[in-house]
Amino acid sequence: MAVEVRIPTILRTYTGGEKAVPAEGTTLSELIDDLEANHPGIKERLLDGEDLRRFVNVYVNDEDVRFTGGLDTSLGEDDQVVVLPAVAGGAGPVSATS
Amino acid sequence: MLQIYGDILDAIIAHAKQDHPNEACGVVAGPEGTDRPERFVPMLNAAASPTFYEFEPTDLLRLYREMDSRDEEPVVIYHSHTATEAYPSRTDIGLAQEPNAHYVLVSTREHGNSPGPVELRSYRIVDGEVTEEDVAVIAPTEPSG
Repeated sequence: MAVEVRIPTILRTYTGGEKAVPAEGTTLSELIDDLEANHPGIKERLLDGEDLRRFVNVYVNDEDVRFTGGLDTSLGEDDQVVVLPAVAGGAGPVSATS
Repeated sequence: MLQIYGDILDAIIAHAKQDHPNEACGVVAGPEGTDRPERFVPMLNAAASPTFYEFEPTDLLRLYREMDSRDEEPVVIYHSHTATEAYPSRTDIGLAQEPNAHYVLVSTREHGNSPGPVELRSYRIVDGEVTEEDVAVIAPTEPSG
């Protein structure tokens, strides 16, 4: 079953500029594998090893997947997946060495 | 070059002063493809920290949905540094994920919450590459018709 995945600007180089692409999977993990099959390279931008990257947010039907089971979050027909990079930064720790 | 209305710049600076000593953050949205920052949207710094900022993930989704429905994009992403200069840190560079945005930095290190001039500078941050750009202040236009 296909769900719609909204792709942020920075990852549209992997989707030929498309803002949204269909992908299949019964879990978020399967969905990302399916995305990777059609848009090689995108998986690495979403995952850090076995986990979602800290500064990439994924929402299923507007719920942050960190609260719905992460990569095991189940997906069904007509679900909508949104990928958004975190907007974050800051001065960071004061470094003694630089 | 970043062209931005004076009243929006003032609003960014006021937000930075208000949240000092924590970092303040937000966006100025504008019609997609125009490079015109028009709608000031201050955001909550979920980190509530003097050295880090992050939009709260639920607020982030709401913001992007709202921009989507208005055919807008984040033309400016701003935040403050409260003890250091208005120059992108390694953290800023590593986490910059909007290649089309102007990253505006304000330093409140000199006057904190008090009135007084601040350092405000603008950058493009693409693939880890920082390019500073001029900031041109333009007068607000009269609302039309």
